[in-house]
Amino acid sequence: MEKPIIEIVETIDTAQVYDELSDAKSGGICVFIGTVRDFTDNESVISLEFEAYKSMALKEMAKIVDQASAKWPLNKVVIRHAVGLKKVKEPVVIIGVSTAHRDACFTACRYMIDTLKETVPIWKKEMFKNKSVWVSAHP
Amino acid sequence: MEIILFGIARDIVGKSSLDLSSYNEKPHSVGELIHLLNDAYPDFNKLSSLAVAVNGEYASLEAQIGQKDEIAIIPPVSGG
Repeated sequence: MEKPIIEIVETIDTAQVYDELSDAKSGGICVFIGTVRDFTDNESVISLEFEAYKSMALKEMAKIVDQASAKWPLNKVVIRHAVGLKKVKEPVVIIGVSTAHRDACFTACRYMIDTLKETVPIWKKEMFKNKSVWVSAHP
Repeated sequence: MEIILFGIARDIVGKSSLDLSSYNEKPHSVGELIHLLNDAYPDFNKLSSLAVAVNGEYASLEAQIGQKDEIAIIPPVSGG
């Protein structure tokens, strides 16, 4: 695997990921882009605010890449999360992999976003018209 | 001993870090720290989970903590 791109940024440019993952040995590229949805439980969401424990989050993201590359033959990997205030439709996370064959590509991409949501110390607050809520904080 | 706070943990305490130097009984382990927080700020008991990172790694309840460690409270994560 080539050196993975592991970043926490202010703004995600979704257009750059194809160039980052494009690879002569790969027959496919899978990309997951997480975006801001306008409704949660029938309540209108105005924006999301993301905060990260950056040094630890980067370490945890690197662990996910290591785990995925041990399980599947990955050629290139991008794992990038945004922080700060994000409006409806804006990208907040992008996970991309390129592999020789598509099975590993889909599976690894899915594994990486699912694991990121469980382990990486990043938090989001949903801003509604009259309140704001830290997502998943309470049972 | 300074504890870094994120997300709802910061909201519960009302600041981005908590200085424990004024506390008489300083926590020596992650478990003792969580116990102290739950006592001092009962809203911590209402969270779905509460983890502690020591020097940027998730730590067990038994893990020892000291003055030189970077200690952070990790409330339920919600990235992605």
